[in-house]
Amino acid sequence: MEPATKTKKQVGLTGNSAVAYAMKQIDPDVCAAYPITPSTQIVEDFSSYYADGKVGTELITVESEHSAMSACIGAAAAGARVMTTTSSQGLALMWEMLYVASGLRLPVVMTVVNRALSAPISIQCDHSDSMGARDSGWIQIYSETVQEAYDNLFQALRVAEDARVLTPAMVCMDGFITSHAIENIALLDDSEVKDFIGEYRPKRSLLDVDNPITLGAMTLQDSYMDFKHEQSKAIAGAKAVVAEVGKEFGERFGRSYGLMECYRLEDAEAVVIVLNSAAGTTKVAIDRLRDKGTKVGLLKPRLFRPFPHEEIASALAGTKAVCVLDRADSMSGFGGPLFSEVRSALYGRKGCPPVIGRIFGLGGRDYTVEHAFGVFGELYDILEKGKVEKPFGYLKP
Amino acid sequence: MKKEKEKEEGKTVPLGGVITKAGSAADYFTGGWRKLRPVVDKGKCTNCLICWVMCPDSAVIVEDGKLVGFDLEHCKGCGICAVECPDKVKAIKMEEEAG
Ligand code: SF4
Ligand code: SF4
Repeated sequence: MEPATKTKKQVGLTGNSAVAYAMKQIDPDVCAAYPITPSTQIVEDFSSYYADGKVGTELITVESEHSAMSACIGAAAAGARVMTTTSSQGLALMWEMLYVASGLRLPVVMTVVNRALSAPISIQCDHSDSMGARDSGWIQIYSETVQEAYDNLFQALRVAEDARVLTPAMVCMDGFITSHAIENIALLDDSEVKDFIGEYRPKRSLLDVDNPITLGAMTLQDSYMDFKHEQSKAIAGAKAVVAEVGKEFGERFGRSYGLMECYRLEDAEAVVIVLNSAAGTTKVAIDRLRDKGTKVGLLKPRLFRPFPHEEIASALAGTKAVCVLDRADSMSGFGGPLFSEVRSALYGRKGCPPVIGRIFGLGGRDYTVEHAFGVFGELYDILEKGKVEKPFGYLKP
Repeated sequence: MKKEKEKEEGKTVPLGGVITKAGSAADYFTGGWRKLRPVVDKGKCTNCLICWVMCPDSAVIVEDGKLVGFDLEHCKGCGICAVECPDKVKAIKMEEEAG
């Protein structure tokens, strides 16, 4: 029997409204945020919920994103359930504090509405903001659709607050493409949300005067590395928790989530790997190419941090050519970040397929079905010629 | 041996670098940083204890309301006590540590 909630309460919402609504349902203790395009509407909607008394949250309107994250850290250290949201320069301004949140092991949950970084200034979508924070010790979950962004927020909260993890998490979705497009999505009941997320009971709190603690003390050569080692193990372990929580979400609400989505991948020869909304466009191209008898498929990582290297490598076993599409350039002269990770995951594996990387969609440049056709065409060229001529580069407009 | 192993596995560090024991700063000997040592002229000192209030490392030793000396395991030689000692008194001099 299909779970009752699968299609109930279908409503048309933008990605931003859906996230704000999810935050209303979560009703966090504290939200400190500074609005920035294209995530502004999340803060606007949530402020309305706050003003109308729909949430019990303490909303802290700060003067910058650095302060927003600082306030989140303070509140989380005091034992509060804390959420925020940002984009682009806002995330860049939080950079210093991102590491403090993760190092102190405070499970703050943040929606990142992906937008390009300046200069030149652009308010449009790409992933340079969240990719810039990929080594900050935050869990990163990417969302293709409004429904995924909505569902991911509840799951991110569960994962971040899990006693085995205790690590902050960001949920990413594409600026404008997802944040501003209206999609018909299924909402959960408030009671379903409450049941799923449960109560947050932190083990320690700065406000617990009977058990005083010091946070952020200096560590020297004898201990800093041990803390980092602990943190590294915790975030690596988050992979299993993401899978566990995604499965439970499916059992309860009918929409299951794994570490990645494999679309028509089982017998695929040529595979595209891409994050977020571009996966949808690629799926359309795949369906059309499949109709003509071509064996093409998609791998869409959902979890990027920690990186599911084993699962991705296994899923690609049997494929003959792979193209990783990056919506960010790591300016290494060696392709984008997702490309590097995927190639590294495959390195040394038996029968490792050739992997090429293409940068696409920077600053909101369109990625169309035609582009996807072009990418698959390149992969079939490699299969025909038996060699890779251009391992990485920019996608042609 | 067991401790070494635990450390290897990172089990002995508290989550997020939190310190749960109060007063643990006393276990760290900031005196090792000292280049200048505070020396008090007891003849001038009025025991106003401003230095005791201002010392960032609680290294001014006071007994029965009187300054009796400095805890050199924790005095890091910052010279704040010498500066803060009232102008009319100036009972503390900072002297080079020998060697
Ligand atoms: S030199 Fe600094 S640390 Fe030492 S006693 Fe004076 S104020 Fe304290
Ligand atoms: S501040 Fe000067 S006068 Fe006052 S107790 Fe200290 S050394 Fe003595």
